[in-house]
Amino acid sequence: MILHQFRYDLLAFLRNRQSRFFTIILPVLFLVIFVSVFGNHDIGPNNVKASTYYVPGLSAMGVIAGSFVNLVISVTAQRESGVLKRRRATPVPAWVLIAGRALTAIVIALSVMTVLLLIGRFGYGVKLPTHTLPGVVVTAVIGAVSFCCLAYALTTVIKNEDAAQPMVQAIMLPLYFISGVFIPNVNLPTWLRDVAQVFPVQHLADGLHHAFDPATHGAGFVWTDIGVLVLWAAVGLAVALWRFTWTPAAATA
Amino acid sequence: MDDAVITVRGLQKRYAAVQAVAGIDLEVRRGEIFAFLGPNGAGKTTTVEILEGFRTRTEGEVSVLGVDPAHAGSEWRNRVGCVLQESSAEPGLTVRECLQLYAGYYEKPRDIDDTIGLVGLEAKAETLGDELSGGQRRRLDVALALIGDPELIFLDEPTTGFDPSARRQAWSVIDGLRALGKTVFLTTHYMDEAENLSDRIAVIANGTIVAEGTPKTLGGRAAMAVRISFTLPDGVRLDELPLSAHALNGRVSVESDKPLADVKALADWALARGLDLPDIDVRRPSLEDVYLQLTGGDS
Repeated sequence: MILHQFRYDLLAFLRNRQSRFFTIILPVLFLVIFVSVFGNHDIGPNNVKASTYYVPGLSAMGVIAGSFVNLVISVTAQRESGVLKRRRATPVPAWVLIAGRALTAIVIALSVMTVLLLIGRFGYGVKLPTHTLPGVVVTAVIGAVSFCCLAYALTTVIKNEDAAQPMVQAIMLPLYFISGVFIPNVNLPTWLRDVAQVFPVQHLADGLHHAFDPATHGAGFVWTDIGVLVLWAAVGLAVALWRFTWTPAAATA
Repeated sequence: MDDAVITVRGLQKRYAAVQAVAGIDLEVRRGEIFAFLGPNGAGKTTTVEILEGFRTRTEGEVSVLGVDPAHAGSEWRNRVGCVLQESSAEPGLTVRECLQLYAGYYEKPRDIDDTIGLVGLEAKAETLGDELSGGQRRRLDVALALIGDPELIFLDEPTTGFDPSARRQAWSVIDGLRALGKTVFLTTHYMDEAENLSDRIAVIANGTIVAEGTPKTLGGRAAMAVRISFTLPDGVRLDELPLSAHALNGRVSVESDKPLADVKALADWALARGLDLPDIDVRRPSLEDVYLQLTGGDS
């Protein structure tokens, strides 16, 4: 049943031009721009090549775009247009709808990451991690799940679909900047780095950076980063369970 | 077996200071089309949402298909279809895909092509839901409510905002539900809709049921006086007429409880004077007249 829901949610995603752009094209665009700007100089705390730095960093963005941004916008729109309410008028259990949509988000997130990895590999000669591959995959999946929970939590405070897009971008853009996604965070003042440490974007990006660093040994897990992501997932889930509604916010006011 | 599909006793719903529903009783029997009529804000949607299990009630007893909808599970949802007041199509899916998605939610769904045919969307089966006209989208809503082959269907204001031809088409789809043996609970604020489609009507105003009956008998309509009206011929005074009448907007009206005899008396009187009454109109009150009277005129 989850797969049934997943199939149609994925189909709906692929037919939506706006979500295709913000989810797939935008991270690719950023990758091309940043690598072009910084060339193939050595950057970042561990002095890796710019492309080796930006592929994992923007993979984090891709994961977030696929799970968080996309989910907040589509779930808010579906709630406000009565689509969610109508689905709830059928026998389908709530968890099937949520799990099916979350699975779609996770698959999209991982696909975007794969696209970025392939561009990095064949466009910029970034060596793909082999022994740290488990770390890359596990970090990305946990990141995607965590951002799905946060997405469901955020929809509960957004009143209408017009507010959804600006809201997620307003939250995410600053976080991308301070979390080492757009610029290596060694360039940031300490207090800003401390702020970034609180939020999940930093930990997803850091986990992936670590796994991509040629100097990393082992399977590429950073347990503190994974721990923070799980913690955020728990917070998001709790808020979502407490506040999530199926009926339009406009109608219940 | 009891053939009541919906039974409501003393239903009340309060929101903070507002008493939206103030103690109503309803009974809907198997196989009938029941129209629930009322002006906006009368408690219509609140009531139907309580019956659909979307809202909780403050007081009273509600049984829908033998189950309290406030605690109904997926077994109950398998037997009930809802056309909600406001709902868009599933974004990004065609008519057929929407129905395939929803068919997967039910235990024993109807055939998809058959259901598309039933609502007359054969030509639009491969069209995206977002690209349908308002009337076509509403027919898709009906198809989605039907796909699980429910016993009972709620239709919440199914034709609000439609042009006349789209309304006629929607009516024929709803009338088709009768042939399938479905029980239909229809809310509307259009009199002609209730009159054309329903077997029984209940009217709600200010949270209470003000009348209940068939389209012919609602609000004592069958027993109401017939109104005979015409324009007073030139040079004739009101008190010259053989019947007691009153004038309104240049026309003369006679309230009559024996219309045939009164028309004859008028005719004899007029012919004897060599007059005619070319715009004479003999009319029972329309359901709309009854409704406006029942709901205080502000519909």
